[in-house]
Amino acid sequence: MDALEIARWQFGITTVYHFMMVPLTIGLGLVVAIIQTLWYRTGKPEYLRMTKFWGKLFLINFIMGVATGIVQEFQFGMAWSEYSRFVGDVFGAPLALEALLAFFVESTFLGLWIFGWKQLKRGVHLACLWIAVVGSLFSAYFIIVANSWMQHPVGVEMINGRPVMTDAWAVFTNNTALVAVPHTLFGALGVAGAFLLGIAWYHLWRRRHDGIDTVGKDGRLIPGSAAIPGRDKADYNVWIRSLRIGAVVAMISFAGTAFTGDLQGKLMFQQQPMKMAAAEAACHDGTGFSVLSVGNIGGRNCDDVVAVIEVPGILSFLAKGDFTTEVKGVNSLLPEYQEKYGTHLPDNPLYGDRAGKEIQYVPVMEVTYWGFRMMIGFGGIAAFAALLALWVTRKGAVPQARWLMRLAVFGILAPFGANAAGWIFTEMGRQPFVVAPNPDMNGIDQVFMFTAAAVSPGVSAGEIITSLVVLSGIYAVLLVVEVRLLVKYVRGGVASAMPELAHAATDKDRDTTDDGGTPPSAGADDVLAFAY
Amino acid sequence: MELLPTIWFIAIAVLWTGYLFLEGFDLGVGMLMKLFARNDAERRVLLNTIGPVWDGNEVWLLTAGGATFAAFPLWYASLFSALYLPLLLVLVALIFRAVAFEYRGKVDSERWRTGWDWAIALGSFFAAFGVGAALALTTTGLPLDANGDRDGGPFAWFNGYAVLGGLAVVAFALVHALAFLALKSDGEVRHRARRTFVRWVPLAALPMLAWSVAVQFLSGKPWTWALTAVALCAAAAAWWLASKGREGRPFMALALFIAASAASIFGAAYPVVLPSTLNPAFDLTVANASSSDYTLGLMSIVAAFGLPLVIAYQAWTYWVFRRRVSVNHIPAAHGFLPAIASKVLAGADGGAAGAGKAGR
Repeated sequence: MDALEIARWQFGITTVYHFMMVPLTIGLGLVVAIIQTLWYRTGKPEYLRMTKFWGKLFLINFIMGVATGIVQEFQFGMAWSEYSRFVGDVFGAPLALEALLAFFVESTFLGLWIFGWKQLKRGVHLACLWIAVVGSLFSAYFIIVANSWMQHPVGVEMINGRPVMTDAWAVFTNNTALVAVPHTLFGALGVAGAFLLGIAWYHLWRRRHDGIDTVGKDGRLIPGSAAIPGRDKADYNVWIRSLRIGAVVAMISFAGTAFTGDLQGKLMFQQQPMKMAAAEAACHDGTGFSVLSVGNIGGRNCDDVVAVIEVPGILSFLAKGDFTTEVKGVNSLLPEYQEKYGTHLPDNPLYGDRAGKEIQYVPVMEVTYWGFRMMIGFGGIAAFAALLALWVTRKGAVPQARWLMRLAVFGILAPFGANAAGWIFTEMGRQPFVVAPNPDMNGIDQVFMFTAAAVSPGVSAGEIITSLVVLSGIYAVLLVVEVRLLVKYVRGGVASAMPELAHAATDKDRDTTDDGGTPPSAGADDVLAFAY
Repeated sequence: MELLPTIWFIAIAVLWTGYLFLEGFDLGVGMLMKLFARNDAERRVLLNTIGPVWDGNEVWLLTAGGATFAAFPLWYASLFSALYLPLLLVLVALIFRAVAFEYRGKVDSERWRTGWDWAIALGSFFAAFGVGAALALTTTGLPLDANGDRDGGPFAWFNGYAVLGGLAVVAFALVHALAFLALKSDGEVRHRARRTFVRWVPLAALPMLAWSVAVQFLSGKPWTWALTAVALCAAAAAWWLASKGREGRPFMALALFIAASAASIFGAAYPVVLPSTLNPAFDLTVANASSSDYTLGLMSIVAAFGLPLVIAYQAWTYWVFRRRVSVNHIPAAHGFLPAIASKVLAGADGGAAGAGKAGR
């Protein structure tokens, strides 16, 4: 493999990994802020417990997003210096603004929220969380503006061979970004919804399994109480409310992603027709949506692919909103691309060994075809499961079946899969371009860049292999650590995030068996317990 | 003179100065976890002095990097790609450090905490050293060809300036952290920090001053030479004030020290942002490495509102958490009774041991 291939693997691995943490941060942050607002408004203890419990898991995950996010900003310059030189004038601005207007807000106000439980007034404390959450939404907006410019460059003119920003409004209101931002945010909500649903289901199941809760003759649940800190009647309310909030959030998410995804798809058929043809593995022009295509999809040889099941008209609906317009397939698009953007890479030292090679305009269809279907499939499954979960638990009880509980817990992974598949689809579907040409642009549709030209010329393959191995290794270890910590704190229940619940119990014991001068009671400074 | 590129060169110098000033002490506190704290209670005091603020401080680095990308794409591309391996080390250091802060207290086990303490200390050290080396090299030069790419192997950047810059930031971070602890902690830690500060500050200021003088010899101007002298006086004042038992003023004197040092270094380098050691014709300058005036103008407007706002709310954070932290505030580390005991995590200790292994 040469430096380009390795650098692409590195970017893919680090980005997909980073985007495991990010949607959970965005979605869960929003949910925790809503729950804390409910506590602020109603004063009900279960909302405080929910805030602390979900807040703890939020923080365990948040830090991984922070840690892996720094890599993202650095690696444009490190591994993709030619890309950075080419696009810096327009692409750098949203990145700088993301740091200045979003990251500062997120990190500072989250620090205030974590440590400020005692120092700040309740309303101010809650406001800090909301500000941090809004910061994370802005962060999503800025980075997607940057990404959307790579998908659909706007607001620039070519000056001395480089795109120079001439219309910031066009860049920051790129129609690609305006649909991708809500699509991504709804996707993030889906992750949070399934996360709440799965974990709450597990606890409800466990309470029945341990004999704490029982079910009456009418099928309604009768909450009980155990002599373990945090497993009282209020604990039941924590989980049933979390489950319902999670399920509703998951369904809102699916409706939102479906609606925005449809808008996005229609745009993509105009902006990057080849990506959408490859998403369908559609070789010939037509109107049908492929439910199952077989053949050597990965071979990039279109004539091998046979659509086994095809629903007529649906593809046209996805692309244009009617059932009859013919959508161009790969075989018609290929000559168009070759005519517009050339058949061979330029004979320029920038391209290294790849100079003069033939350009492969068809993305890896195995990835685009299945990525597109996995995104929709996982998202749909999660939403359907959420609907079922709401109905099954309408009387307040989860079934005692262990396999159902396991399904709910592993179901947490489905929206993660949908998010990752969606991004892999849209990024690999853009190839061979790192900046895709904008077919609408008047006179300057020459603003594009081949991925082959983007990699750092001065960096050796050995250096990039080193970083790929080091970063992947560290990420793998940290994933194990994060998941184990999450599991530990999930099993710990609310008391793991609220030591005061546990110490309220032990402090009572202490009154009778006075052991004299103890160091400051562990319950005395719960803020530090919440953090370090 | 190129007005907007010059403004952005100053802005980036200010962002780096802000980064060194703010993250300087939390990097130093991280290193002091192993060099200064004597027991777990003291380590937790150290952690809690920077707990609410370190993440906000780190964003100054991201903003400096992002602003360099946006305002001087060619500078960003050449510097980051030429320093591929050292920046990888910085990234690894920052990853471990960030995760360690958050995860250290999450499992009640000695091995677990010790492992993450090393991650914090070493992460802080390599991050400080790497950033210092990178800044020293961008002010003294890298072997860049006409396209701005590194000529030579993965270690072609290595020279004495890199070591000097790395040492400068590490040493500064250490004494800056001691001054910060004298101001932010209480009890034994507070007084020991001040005494240690007095002992080490004369030595710790030297590499930074040496770097500043070295850049003056390469491209100094009278006013930047004067700033080097200001930095020297500020270091002396910090030492003198601390030896008189003051706590706040030495910290402010160090702020002046880092600001004057950075201004003398960046000011001397101006208008070159990244010299080429191969051929002065390949130097990247504020004029040939910058973005268009349109982009710079847009960012100037946003930064003119954004940066003061950032400074205001970050200052407010320091005000909210102005209370000194002492050993007496640190609650006993408590494991918790898990709501659900299971084979996987049989009780708190089982969980600790299991997760402890994962952290190694």
